[in-house]
Amino acid sequence: MSSLPQQRPRPVGSRWLDRIFAVTGAVAALLSVALFVSLLWDLVRLGLPELSWEFFTGEVEDAGRSGGIAPLLVSTLWILLCCLTLAIPLGTGCALWLSEFVRRGNALARLVTGGVDLLASVPSIVFGLFGMVFFAQTLGLGFSILSGGLTLACMILPILVRTTLTALESLPADLRPASAALGLSRTTTTAKVLLPAALPGIVVGITLGTGRALSETAALLFTSGYSTRLPESISDSGRALSVHIYDLALNVANGGAMASSSALVLLALILVVNSAAVALTGHWLRRRHATS
Amino acid sequence: MTSSRNTTLCRSVDRLVEAVLGLLALVSGGMVLLIVWHLLAGAWPAIAAGRLGAFFTDAKWQPGSLRDPQFGVVTMLVGSSLVTLLAVVIALPVGLATAIFHRFYAPAFLERWNRRMMELLIGVPAVVFGFWGLMIVVPAIVRVAPDMPGQSLLAGGIVLGLMILPVIALTSQAALQAVPTTLLHAAAGLGLGRARTIWSIALPTARGGITSGVLLALARAIGETMAVVLVCGNIPQIPTSLFDPIRPITSTIALEMGYATSSHKALLFCAGLVLVLFTALFVGWLSFRRNDTDPGTGGA
Repeated sequence: MSSLPQQRPRPVGSRWLDRIFAVTGAVAALLSVALFVSLLWDLVRLGLPELSWEFFTGEVEDAGRSGGIAPLLVSTLWILLCCLTLAIPLGTGCALWLSEFVRRGNALARLVTGGVDLLASVPSIVFGLFGMVFFAQTLGLGFSILSGGLTLACMILPILVRTTLTALESLPADLRPASAALGLSRTTTTAKVLLPAALPGIVVGITLGTGRALSETAALLFTSGYSTRLPESISDSGRALSVHIYDLALNVANGGAMASSSALVLLALILVVNSAAVALTGHWLRRRHATS
Repeated sequence: MTSSRNTTLCRSVDRLVEAVLGLLALVSGGMVLLIVWHLLAGAWPAIAAGRLGAFFTDAKWQPGSLRDPQFGVVTMLVGSSLVTLLAVVIALPVGLATAIFHRFYAPAFLERWNRRMMELLIGVPAVVFGFWGLMIVVPAIVRVAPDMPGQSLLAGGIVLGLMILPVIALTSQAALQAVPTTLLHAAAGLGLGRARTIWSIALPTARGGITSGVLLALARAIGETMAVVLVCGNIPQIPTSLFDPIRPITSTIALEMGYATSSHKALLFCAGLVLVLFTALFVGWLSFRRNDTDPGTGGA
């Protein structure tokens, strides 16, 4: 039972190199975690002392140095509603047409897909310019919640189209012939079979779009305006929470504390929305995995 | 009889639905044309007045000055390019090293947590990044260089770099994950160590995906407004050091659109057009690369 000498061949490339790689990688990974934690911690540290019930229910006072953010929350919500009201039908309709009503490789469909992809690359400040000219001036909607919402709708459209397309394309391929064999028309198939099956994916898209719309500032500067009053209708100007942070940080001396609190609220909102999107995707994938 | 009538009804409903959805799709796909059209219309007064020459050759940007109005976009183009470049220089090594660490060294649960964190980090609003930069990064820079204002090229680069870090880290990691395991096994079979395998096999194979991620990050960084407008200092000049204030194109539009009139306004639309051209260039390059390197072969 003499054991052979256990000598493995030494790997090419020194152990030291491997160690250097491991340490560098670990340092970089730690650094990115530290930055994220620092971002969160700083915002909590700066913003939490100002947070109170009055902050959520109060009017904006003294250009934002005191008071609360109630009207801004209302404006933000209205902007979001206007945005989703336009973006959901447009995005879903576009994706349904691309996926169910044209052949793959159709020239027009490729143009539409290319257009949507290009739209995704347009910088948000340019959406702001466009919204100002098109919605506020050409269509005569003025500096209003409606203008801002519609501008954001154009901006999140690519997200909705992409996620809906992905959801439709990942449906089992035999759904369509099976539905056709039952004598269902294309419209019925789409409305009663495909849409319900793709709904989780569409909801994820809407959630992602909501997060994007909530976080947008540049596109709203010249469309929904700066007014801090409680909006009476969607044709009033209304300041979104993100615009409030920008304004306090740039234009208001000693606005830092209230800006921190607003940033904390906005960040919390967006983390909730985005975590919901991540959780929904996970849930949906698991369910798909379980059924297939 | 009724069945055939039903069929015709269904068919006309189908056709109607198809027409409506097709219309929605055309509106969605044509939106970008509408945007470019309105930018062109907004910029037209400046183009028609022959200002484009001055736009690209004037040394300074002082459109409001009565004595010596100058309309040069160059300082801002340089500002945008430098801050974007600096952001990539900061984010690429950190992001790539993070991706390598999580792909080849870290346990699986760490990789999962990191990915989740990065996905959340991507969602953090630009204005929050900018505000954080103003409150934390700028004072830190003042501490290092006490006689400078702190709001500077460096501050912009750091904040923007932090913003694109998750994009680069996630795309690099996806690219490394897509390297066929057979290749890695073959390398191990040949007796290559882990570091050598990463350096000579994994990174070259994943290069296409990593480059795509960097291009994506570039497109995002150059169009970013809120993160830079709060921390860059907004003085339109060619910086001579990292601590000098600069002003990117996006900041100029955000700062001046509110009060700009006539020819000044048209020039801001020209600046918007330049910005769209820039991002379209990156995205065009990206999709060209995608077509070039078929995803089926992993770009190898």
